[in-house]
Amino acid sequence: MSEQDAYNYRVVRQFSLMTVVWGVVGMLVGVIIAAQLAWPEFNVGPWFSYGRLRPLHTNAVIFAFGGCALFATSYYVVQRTCHARLFCAPLAAFTFWGWQAVIVLAAVTLPLGYTSGKEYAELEWPIDILITLVWVSYAVVFFGTIARRRVKHIYVANWFYSAFILTVALLHVVNSAAMPVTFWKSYSVYAGVQDAMVQWWYGHNAVGFFLTAGFLGIMYYFIPKQAGRPVYSYRLSVVHFWALIFTYMWAGPHHLHYTALPDWAQSIGMIFSLILLAPSWGGMINGIMTLSGAWHKLRTDPILKFLVTSLSFYGMSTFEGPMMSIKTVNALSHYTDWTIGHVHSGALGWVAMVSIGAMYYLIPRLFGRAEMYSIKLIDLHFWMSTLGVVLYISSMWIAGVMQGLMWRAVNADGTLTYSFAEAVKATYPYYVVRLAGGMVFFSGMLIMVYNVWKTIAGERAVDDAKIPAVAMAHA
Amino acid sequence: MSDFTSDFWAWYVAVITLASIIACALLLYTCSTERVSEGGQTGTTGHTWDEDLSEWNNPLPRWWMWLFYITIVFGLAYLALYPGFGNYAGVLGWTSTGQFDDEQKQAAAQYGPLFEKYLRQDIAAVAADPEARAIGQRLFLNYCAQCHGSDAGGGKGFPNLRDGDWLYGGEPEAIKATIANGRNGIMPPMGAALGGDDDVKNVAHYVMSLSGRTHDELRAAQGKPKFNSTCAACHMPTGRGNPALGAPNLTDSTWLYGGSEATIMETISRGRNNMMPAHKGFLDDGKIHLLAAYVYSLSSPQPDKK
Repeated sequence: MSEQDAYNYRVVRQFSLMTVVWGVVGMLVGVIIAAQLAWPEFNVGPWFSYGRLRPLHTNAVIFAFGGCALFATSYYVVQRTCHARLFCAPLAAFTFWGWQAVIVLAAVTLPLGYTSGKEYAELEWPIDILITLVWVSYAVVFFGTIARRRVKHIYVANWFYSAFILTVALLHVVNSAAMPVTFWKSYSVYAGVQDAMVQWWYGHNAVGFFLTAGFLGIMYYFIPKQAGRPVYSYRLSVVHFWALIFTYMWAGPHHLHYTALPDWAQSIGMIFSLILLAPSWGGMINGIMTLSGAWHKLRTDPILKFLVTSLSFYGMSTFEGPMMSIKTVNALSHYTDWTIGHVHSGALGWVAMVSIGAMYYLIPRLFGRAEMYSIKLIDLHFWMSTLGVVLYISSMWIAGVMQGLMWRAVNADGTLTYSFAEAVKATYPYYVVRLAGGMVFFSGMLIMVYNVWKTIAGERAVDDAKIPAVAMAHA
Repeated sequence: MSDFTSDFWAWYVAVITLASIIACALLLYTCSTERVSEGGQTGTTGHTWDEDLSEWNNPLPRWWMWLFYITIVFGLAYLALYPGFGNYAGVLGWTSTGQFDDEQKQAAAQYGPLFEKYLRQDIAAVAADPEARAIGQRLFLNYCAQCHGSDAGGGKGFPNLRDGDWLYGGEPEAIKATIANGRNGIMPPMGAALGGDDDVKNVAHYVMSLSGRTHDELRAAQGKPKFNSTCAACHMPTGRGNPALGAPNLTDSTWLYGGSEATIMETISRGRNNMMPAHKGFLDDGKIHLLAAYVYSLSSPQPDKK
């Protein structure tokens, strides 16, 4: 058997294991900054102060944990559904080591205070260039594999991965355009409200394409595989795919309601955010309905529980998002912890849980085992994750609505009823509950580490998974 | 004023926006009208990937389709009512600046008379009114407490407003002027003018002697002539300061930045630059008047206070 007859599992395996590692690291930093908000004494020196650790947390969970999960699953899915070995193994290896280098550089430069000051795009220009190189290589490997596919039709998961790869390249290059001043300092090429608009065009589409389209790609492969059922509706996937990737592009201005952004742009951002509701739900429906005829499996299969529960959180947060984009609602929710709750119902409930489910499917297969070391521990992890998310988001919802109401409360003489510090003080118990939720979720990740360790220790890495013959329909 | 540099861009935005919304509706319409095969049982698309991956071709859920249409209709209706299509202002004529102005006007009409009433009284009289002080305190907690503390006790670099010691004078009008116009208190760096570190240390010991702090008498004696020739211009030969310049009194026990030898030396050699921001324009005269009365009341005995 020549090497071309086998799938390239090496890079998938590397990214899969780093998904678990960076998940633990990113969430640990999250737990630390949650503790800092409840007890400011935990701010240690300038390096480990909230202001520097917060971008480290977001970069670590989005780009390190989420990014590795996307690389791992997309490399696995594109090979398996194209019946072809990954294109250009050295370039694929470069994406792995290059991406790890980006993450390590982020972990060093952010605590040192090097930042471009753009949310979710804080890394300075030399790192931005490295990201661009890695991303272009990623696109070459991915689309190169699509090009050498042995089936005519491109599977739906690959549409979503493709949209994610192309759009993130565009977003990164446009938003990170900057004029370097020194090796570690640059200024955005945009100014004023244009800069804000470009930033949130980027910011919202980072959510839409990195954290949504990419992870819908995961959903479209791992749910039908794990459930052993066909995808519910090809037609629904067509409509919601095109509507989703088209509409997301317009939604950015809802981050800038009631600011210097012109009213017309705010209006357009709001209505496209509302139109986005149905396309987002299309993915949820398609995933959940794929289980029809296999609902009983949810009782016994914790991997499927992870995958399907993640879709429920996806549905919840994609309903909440359009609602929060309505100006009247936004006037209350904006700048409060409601936003933080919303983000984490998506980030923990959707992104993390679908990734965790996919990793539990993937890791044993990459090490020649039928399943994980302990199914019971997956179940325990599932319940801890669910409990953690629920504690996290409900505390932040209550805190956010409370803050919004306290900030706008007015006395009979027109003065504000509460000073800002009073709203901070009133939030304290909710910060503690949020920390507890985060710690439960984080502890679940430690159980995952143990389970993964016991699964792979002493096992042989699979590097000879034979590419099967294409099914008869295509022969 | 138009938000666009030319009509071209207004039309550009309007056409693309409308075309995009219609495109969503068309996509939905064309995919939803495809026929389902006879017999109601939909088959798979006939494609298989990775051994067992396949797809049903179920029709779009009706409720989902209607949800999609409703959001599209809502979007179009919203753009008819509110600004969004390029330069078109919308039927309702709403703007965010208009909403702000309306709310300001409404607030002025509702709360204006109360503040007008206090504005006609002098600050000391307002300070004697417990209700006015309560309003003043609420304003203070929102606008002043960030720097001066919620108890007005101040902190390093932020003056204590309760101790009766004033940099720029404690008369009601002086307080009001400070709030309205702000203050910029500059102590220039004097290290070079005084000579070396040793000279700075000598002057620091002389300064410490002025308020009776423990000091080295020999150094204080050596520092005194330097003080008189350099520092006395602002702080006065007596060291009692000058409220017209905001130069602090050095003979009392109030220290804005600290009264230790090291801190005084730092103040002398590196100088200080302190800023109380102006609130005029940000707060209206009525609010500044009440704030001045509240701050004044903190250090002046009021008949109804214990």
